[in-house]
Amino acid sequence: MSNYETVEHDVLVIGAGGAGLRASIEASAAGVRVGLVCKSLLGKAHTVMAEGGIAAALANVDERDNWKVHFADTMRGGQYVNQWRMAELHAKEAPDRVRELEAWGAVFDRTKDGRILQRHFGGHKYPRLAHVGDRTGLEMIRTLQDHGVHQGIDVHMEHTILSLLKDGDRVVGAFGYERERGRFKIFHAKAVVLATGGIGRAYKITSNSWEYTGDGHALAYEAGAELIDMEFIQFHPTGMVWPPSVMGILVTEGVRGEGGILLNNDGKRFMFESIPGNYQAQTADNEEEGWRYCQGHKDARRPPELLTRDHVSRCIVREIKEGRGSPHGGVYLDISWIKQKMPNAAEHIKRKLPSMYHQFKQLADIDITEQPMEVGPTTHYIMGGVRVDPDTQMSRLPGLFAAGECAAGINGANRLGGNSLSDLLVFGKRGGEFAATFARDNPHGQINTDEIDTVAREALTPFESRGRGSENPYAIQRDLQETMQNLVGIVRTEAEMREALERIDELKGRAKQAAVTGNREYNPGWHTALDLKNLLTVSEAITRAALERKESRGAQFREDYPDKDERFGKVNTIVSKSADGSMQVHLEPLPDMPEYLKQVIEEHR
Amino acid sequence: MTATFKIWRGDAKGGEFRDYTTEVAEGMVVLDAVHDIQRTQAPDLACRWNCKAGKCGSCSAEVNGIPKLMCMTRLSELPLERPVTVEPMKAFPILKDLVTEVSWNFRVKKQIKPFKPRPPDAPDGTWRMQQDDIDRVQEFRKCIECFLCQDVCHVLRDHQMHEKFIGPRFLIHVAALEMHPLDTEDRIEELRNTQGIGYCNITKCCTKVCPESIQITDNGIIPLKERVVDNFYDPLGWIWKGLKKLLTH
Repeated sequence: MSNYETVEHDVLVIGAGGAGLRASIEASAAGVRVGLVCKSLLGKAHTVMAEGGIAAALANVDERDNWKVHFADTMRGGQYVNQWRMAELHAKEAPDRVRELEAWGAVFDRTKDGRILQRHFGGHKYPRLAHVGDRTGLEMIRTLQDHGVHQGIDVHMEHTILSLLKDGDRVVGAFGYERERGRFKIFHAKAVVLATGGIGRAYKITSNSWEYTGDGHALAYEAGAELIDMEFIQFHPTGMVWPPSVMGILVTEGVRGEGGILLNNDGKRFMFESIPGNYQAQTADNEEEGWRYCQGHKDARRPPELLTRDHVSRCIVREIKEGRGSPHGGVYLDISWIKQKMPNAAEHIKRKLPSMYHQFKQLADIDITEQPMEVGPTTHYIMGGVRVDPDTQMSRLPGLFAAGECAAGINGANRLGGNSLSDLLVFGKRGGEFAATFARDNPHGQINTDEIDTVAREALTPFESRGRGSENPYAIQRDLQETMQNLVGIVRTEAEMREALERIDELKGRAKQAAVTGNREYNPGWHTALDLKNLLTVSEAITRAALERKESRGAQFREDYPDKDERFGKVNTIVSKSADGSMQVHLEPLPDMPEYLKQVIEEHR
Repeated sequence: MTATFKIWRGDAKGGEFRDYTTEVAEGMVVLDAVHDIQRTQAPDLACRWNCKAGKCGSCSAEVNGIPKLMCMTRLSELPLERPVTVEPMKAFPILKDLVTEVSWNFRVKKQIKPFKPRPPDAPDGTWRMQQDDIDRVQEFRKCIECFLCQDVCHVLRDHQMHEKFIGPRFLIHVAALEMHPLDTEDRIEELRNTQGIGYCNITKCCTKVCPESIQITDNGIIPLKERVVDNFYDPLGWIWKGLKKLLTH
């Protein structure tokens, strides 16, 4: 065996966004030694991009709010295929997790009586999102980071994990490389928490950065864990569409929470035209009521722009397809109109949505206090991920935990805005806590050095593949993104997805020929080549799961099965690796929901 | 239309500018050009980036000699008739190409005393703060840690006083903690002694390059300097301390 540097921790956390940081803090507080692997520098993970807020039933702004309403909203938003236990724990524990952030130094916007202010967001019945203007994610990650660095956590910045190490069924560490010198490293750990975020880079139009290549999903799958709900990808309704170079960058739902409206090129507020049955009772039926809701009038119902993201995205796609889109292939999102309703509207917009103001001014020459924005759907989030125990976050592999976006269950078929940041906190904490317990109860496992040598050899092939027939890793990535965007996007059909599977298979062949120039030191071409494997694995999992769910529900819209099918409302799709190495999908019945929760849902219909 | 970019290529041992010509499209930013070059001409060209929307502070570099986020620098703002130079930040050691060794910043931050809140105001363990009282702290907390202010600060850039001076980023960090209405910690002594606030002579270069438009000097550093002065150089305080000494002897 080659000589690799080895570091030892009790708990290894892979990923340093909200979930990874929160898990590290909790595990460290439990008295075990924690290592935290970041793909980038500390504090740069995608959590930093979250804008709107953290959903938690604090009831600071509307005293009618409580965990039951939040639970019912989350289940309704997820079309009832969520893991009920996760949705319950999330709704109950989110308020404490938010208050804890304040105790660690977070400075949220305030109510008049000096408490944490909460704002309206899609699918949440009451104003529920604790926020800091439109930079809540930055506040959250910085708070966790600044608190975390004083907790004795060993941080490994700019490291990427290539595979999980196993001793029998148990996960006992990870193997990866550091970016600076390109050297391999063994992380020996008693428990591993995956907190690697999403898969957005599998799509062409995405709000996600280069890091989001489905690492945790693929690492877990390869090690033998199960993935669940992989067909459910959230296409956020409002990404930038112009200029081309910023296509996909997120425009916060907070714009609509503050009163922003969606218009087609006839100037029509098209969202009023199609309000789904299960939301009719909670949705405004005229524009004035919608505005009053955004202004905090408790007797008013939400404007249809604040329906769930899956629905709003589909309506936007419909407008564009039917020729009512904006010049650059989107629709209009207008917040400037509120000047008809309030004095100093421009100042108000700049104060409530400073980074949106900045983003459009600087990147698109648009003053959002004067002009409408052009927006369209962008790949934002995956509801699916590693199947975990709802209480402990442990996968079916002993010692392997997952939390945050790379774990699944709480969101079902569609995630409500704001439920992601709270998910990171609630289940990051739980994952860290139970990983620490596991680490205390178990000694270090054995590491199989032959396996490591194989992974290392494979990782170095792009340096040997130079020459005839070799492939540019960037081109392979781009072709995969085109494939997923065009064939497994917002509107899906069996024929297109079968074609996608064929293309993914071809791309797997090409990925083996990926070649890079230069040496191992900080070489992005090499990193791109290495990320391809995970991207291809998650793309296949998404496609296979989407084929299996022959219905339209939440984020999955099948043109060939345009309606909901009750039979599929009772099951989750499960993806796993079979003994022969091929990918298998099967359906499993949802866990039985206890009576008291059924009642909660009934009460809040 | 095409444009030429002079990009610094090399490592700690040395390097040189190399020219790359690439197609320019409407709305492009410098980072887009760097990515295009990476994709088609120089796959091993090292640069950091993440969000591409000015929110993560990863893609800091010097564009035509000015510290900037590459993702927020539109090509339409630059004179494209001559080559655009793109080079790494100067205040930190070079790792490779546009990537610098910034770990010093993370070590410095760790040395700053963490937030220490007063006991909660309400029985449910929560606090009360008025929006007016946190506006200033929220301004400082907009910082995305791009370290451009550190890069442009002559104390660090020209005089390399990294061991004696924490730089504008961390003065702002200290200011955010010191002005936090709930915080009870005292960080004034180390500001003067180990953190070197006296080295800042208020040239405001940091404020000029801040992509978040934080008024680093006026709202952060100057008030901190005043607190240091009040603490250490207050003549009435000296007399009082002297008297106390006399009386106790």
